[in-house]
Amino acid sequence: MIALLTRDLRLALRTGGGFGLGLAFFLIVVVMVPFAVGPRADLLSSIASGVLWIGALLACLLSLDRIFALDWEDGSLDLLATAPLPLEGLVSVKAFAHWLTTGLPLVAAAPVLAVMLNLPPQGFFPLILSLLLGTPALSVIGTFGAALTVGIKRGGLLLSLLVLPLYVPTLIFGAEAARRGAEGLSITTPLAFLAGITCGTIALLPFASAAVLRINLR
Amino acid sequence: MASLWEYANPKKFIATSDRVLPYLGGLALVCLVVGLVWGFWFTPEDFRQGHSVKIIYLHVPSAFMAINAWIMMLVASLIWIVRRHHVSALAARAAAPVGAVMTVIALATGAIWGQPIWGTWWVWDPRLTSFLILFLFYLGYIALWAAIEDDDTAADLTAVLCLVGSVFALLSRYAVIFWNQGLHQGATLSLDKEENIADVFYFPLLVCIAGFVLLFVALVLLRTQTEIRARRMRALQARERLG
Repeated sequence: MIALLTRDLRLALRTGGGFGLGLAFFLIVVVMVPFAVGPRADLLSSIASGVLWIGALLACLLSLDRIFALDWEDGSLDLLATAPLPLEGLVSVKAFAHWLTTGLPLVAAAPVLAVMLNLPPQGFFPLILSLLLGTPALSVIGTFGAALTVGIKRGGLLLSLLVLPLYVPTLIFGAEAARRGAEGLSITTPLAFLAGITCGTIALLPFASAAVLRINLR
Repeated sequence: MASLWEYANPKKFIATSDRVLPYLGGLALVCLVVGLVWGFWFTPEDFRQGHSVKIIYLHVPSAFMAINAWIMMLVASLIWIVRRHHVSALAARAAAPVGAVMTVIALATGAIWGQPIWGTWWVWDPRLTSFLILFLFYLGYIALWAAIEDDDTAADLTAVLCLVGSVFALLSRYAVIFWNQGLHQGATLSLDKEENIADVFYFPLLVCIAGFVLLFVALVLLRTQTEIRARRMRALQARERLG
């Protein structure tokens, strides 16, 4: 499992795109928003947490089809499936690698971009906490979507159509926690819901992803 | 002893549904005509909402069916996963576009009603928003069926998507309520709840709902037949190409 994880990480680092692309996209979304809504500081600070969450979600979505597509094309996915590692484990490792290469950098970049959007200082900690809790769920759900569409040529658009409705609960609770934090309200309830969603998806969805992958590899 | 599973045989299914369909369709038509005419012309106007209250005869049944169509697809998908009857998978496939249309009818009639009453076409209210998300689920489900060449693979994948989607649809429903907590007055919507509605409105509404249920069943049976025949035709064509 660790060998697979390091392999995936090394691939993401060396082939380029995987690591930096999500971050660059996140940066671009955040930079574009003030151009679109106008540079009013009060307006920006009230929508900052929502914009940051949307940006993180879209950046995550951008890299989803890389999870299985490359391995599928060169046939290494079939080899991995026949390896002694159970398919559920493979899927979990893939999701974890995706989170390490996209989710974690997004969490790290969020505070810097939050400054650009005038997020009030008391909102920083809730924002980072909500992203840290929420992005694993995005990766796990995305892995399920990627496993569903792995056999389809040019499945990128279909992948986003399938995955976006699944992202709704995570987005709602994550952005709600960040917004409440920015307004100085209590964030315990949405954070608890968010943590619940993340734990639930991590516990259950790998089984669905593995089942779907098995069907696709048949 | 005859069991329900005999109808999983496509031939038997087509024969039986052929016999049932004319009655079912006729009954649906009667219910719809009676319910809608009764509702539109023979009920009093609401003292606050005037004529526009009558849109509930389209809005409530279609919303009801939009949710129940997904539940029916869930049950059919489960039957496919457990017992692998092809008719079941095809019935789920046949129900999806009908359910999607019901969702659109519910959203559209709601918007048309909302414009004069709430003064807006759309608000990000829990019920409206969760229906929009349900519509997205239908779109994804239909698109996934259409995107995959192999029938059995498509049936398997969409069945898993339907299961996962149901969980997330439920989750979104409650997430959305949480998100809009206290932002919207509930009183306007409580008209939708059947216990709040007066008997004059209630009985034609029941007839309309019965009509929509029958219409849905008839359409799904018909579309399932079509799917079975289309699949047979593809099999024949494939055999022709080979031989």
